[in-house]
Amino acid sequence: MSNNIDLKHGLDIPISGKAAQKTRKTVVPDVIAVKPTDFKGFTPRLLVKEGDKVLAGSPVLADKKNPDILVTSPVSGTVAEIVRGEKRKLLAVNIKADSKQEYVDFGVQKVADMSTEDVKALLLKSGLWLSLIQRPYGVVADPAAEPKAIFVSAFTTAPLAPVPEYAFKDEVENIQTGVNVLGKLTKGGVHFSLRSDNYSGTPFHKIENVIQHVFSGKHPAGNVGVQISHISPIMKGDTVWTVPFLLLAAIGKLFNTGKCNLARKVAVTGPKAIEPAYVDALPGINMKDVAEFYDNAAGDIRFISGDVLTGKNVGADGSLGFFDNQVTLIHEGTERELLGWAKPFRFGKFSSSRTYFSWLCPKKNYDMDTNTNGGPRAFVMSDVYSKVLPMDIFPVYLIKACIAGDIDKMEKFGIYEVLPEDLALCEYVDPSKNDIQAIIEKGIDLMIKEMA
Amino acid sequence: MEDNKNTTPQPGLFERGGKLGFLHSTVDAFDTFLRVPGTVTRTGAHVRDAVDLKRIMIIVVIALVPAALFGMWNVGYQHSLATGQDWGLLQNFWFGLLKVLPLYIVAYLVGLGIEFASAQIRNEEVNEGYLVSGMLIPLIVPVDVPLWMLAIAVAFAVLFGKEVFGGTGMNFLNPALLTRAFLFFSYPSKMSGSEVWISLKSGESLVNGATGATPLAFATEGLDAMNNAGVQYSMSAWDMFAGLVPGSVGETSVIAILIGAVILLWTGVASWKIMASSVVGALFVGWLGNVSGATDIPAWYQLIMGGFAFGTVFMATDPVTSAQTECGKWIYGFFVGALCVVVRLFNPGYAEGMMLSILLMNTFAPLIDHYVTSAAISRRAKKVKIA
Repeated sequence: MSNNIDLKHGLDIPISGKAAQKTRKTVVPDVIAVKPTDFKGFTPRLLVKEGDKVLAGSPVLADKKNPDILVTSPVSGTVAEIVRGEKRKLLAVNIKADSKQEYVDFGVQKVADMSTEDVKALLLKSGLWLSLIQRPYGVVADPAAEPKAIFVSAFTTAPLAPVPEYAFKDEVENIQTGVNVLGKLTKGGVHFSLRSDNYSGTPFHKIENVIQHVFSGKHPAGNVGVQISHISPIMKGDTVWTVPFLLLAAIGKLFNTGKCNLARKVAVTGPKAIEPAYVDALPGINMKDVAEFYDNAAGDIRFISGDVLTGKNVGADGSLGFFDNQVTLIHEGTERELLGWAKPFRFGKFSSSRTYFSWLCPKKNYDMDTNTNGGPRAFVMSDVYSKVLPMDIFPVYLIKACIAGDIDKMEKFGIYEVLPEDLALCEYVDPSKNDIQAIIEKGIDLMIKEMA
Repeated sequence: MEDNKNTTPQPGLFERGGKLGFLHSTVDAFDTFLRVPGTVTRTGAHVRDAVDLKRIMIIVVIALVPAALFGMWNVGYQHSLATGQDWGLLQNFWFGLLKVLPLYIVAYLVGLGIEFASAQIRNEEVNEGYLVSGMLIPLIVPVDVPLWMLAIAVAFAVLFGKEVFGGTGMNFLNPALLTRAFLFFSYPSKMSGSEVWISLKSGESLVNGATGATPLAFATEGLDAMNNAGVQYSMSAWDMFAGLVPGSVGETSVIAILIGAVILLWTGVASWKIMASSVVGALFVGWLGNVSGATDIPAWYQLIMGGFAFGTVFMATDPVTSAQTECGKWIYGFFVGALCVVVRLFNPGYAEGMMLSILLMNTFAPLIDHYVTSAAISRRAKKVKIA
């Protein structure tokens, strides 16, 4: 571990409900939802209709702009329902799983002998191309582009996120293969980030053919965007790709076994989770498939696919996202506390600022809920945001540029370097309660539209 | 939910579109004042920090309480000194309370009235910013200022200093200081000179040699003038530090202000960088004044005289109107302190410069930030090019 990059700014949110390191059950897939909305920059075209048989790895959706980019089914079964929303927007393809799973055979590969074109073709065909996220803007990678480099974060600092050493304990070999695959896609190398306090404890520090980086610090030190800004900041004109660790393992598995197998260990977490632990599951499983983890008799639970900062509110009938290996269950905080803001002590509430006294109990974890704890206001405080953002940018200026839709200023203040997830903590600490991630998202959408 | 789909829900009495819908913001303000709103996050982070602007503003208000209480006592104390009456602690305080309370009532009624009305017009929630402004305003004016003047000044400051720009968070001048500046330039006879700083009724007999002049007025003539002024109150460094001298209501006691400063810095509500650099700036120019022979007042006297301490702790650190960048805060604070003493030492017209220096730096803060951000961005671009 040579060059440790120590990030001073950040915040670990002390929320209760950490998953115990045991696997409580294997979710037998019933109805699996394939959601095109998981992929930014993907415009779906249906390749199946209700009643069609599919295998695990068969194409279900194709991109309208680039028909080579496919979404494939994670299970073998029958297309049960095509779910559409307003203006007939395609929301999900529900697939009823067979009792016995059959996979499309893509053939076991020897990565070292493959050309870049072969690798690309296989990734596209199997549907795993969608694991490649292109920055700037965080969209599906363009198969025609060659990225400056590919970045992978081998650890996560998000609240209650699965521990990679447990969740991927059987996947070390697959991850090595995955890294070799990525190496074929860029000349800039695969940058692989580890965390310093667990460097020798993790099996992943032995992964070869990577450029290693070591980080220490609080959340969002594990965000790949933050890491990129310290390794090699994205400037105008650059293109880099990132791959979530979870899907790096799936890519490796595809080349090692010839199957597109998206099975993963999913951490069911959060203050409302009963005995939080892991389950073996597939993306697209319904929240009801983990019903033993919660009691929603009062109807007060929010079901989040992902973590509390960046996850999606999918609802009691929702399903796990393609990129997620975590479910967070929290209480909908609609209760109204009398004179809450004026009380000297609020023991149940956490604040990163010293205006409350929660700093007196640094070890305590809190049963957080979804209450905003205040109404929306204009930006007033100036220094709270950069305290949780270990990037060399001016967050408030960037946010205001996005609100104004000022492209020049957005460029100047670093829109190319960030995704909404990188500013999630700014949103968390904001005393003015602005929806900062949505603002950044809007700015990015404007950039995509104007710069295309 | 499904049943309601085809029927338009009737808006409540105070909701938008309801019978008294024009009071929406007002009702909401009182409602959320009493109870934390029950709103939940819709997009983005599902959990949010417990802190909100109400909490931050109440911390500032609490930090101002020592200065306000001491100020009330001092109003009575200065009155009893000047008229030669031998009053006790409570008598002094009671006299001051009766004098200062009307100022508070007027400042809050006028300011909050305008604030509520504008929030209603903009269809927003009422911002808590004025709770602090209203707490500040009575503390930075002479105690005998006529209430109608105060009302006009507050209305001017809130309307033209804040609301026309879009309310708290959008203004570039500190509304409380703008109130004072309006009074200062519109009604100078009530805001300066040696008659206004001690509360006196006409016809009251004064003790021999009594004057309402503040230490700053004597300081323009040098240290000897301060020491031999022969007025009813003494001007030792301790008296000025403790605040036993005439002046605006809340500005005199550095001890009370320091208690507030500790609260603000400990909670992280105010920027220590601005406070520290403002002190450095004042000391620097004070020292220049000593070296160049412009004055024989020790540089550190500048910190305990007049409104410097109050302005540095409570006014210069206003997060909206000060510099927003960390580096900019150092520059901004330094010039606030430096310009204040420059006015004191080199401008014969004004004895005090804190108000003017903060307002001037308020206008320059965006410029400072512009240069700080531009410099950081070009420095970064160069670094990336090399690497």
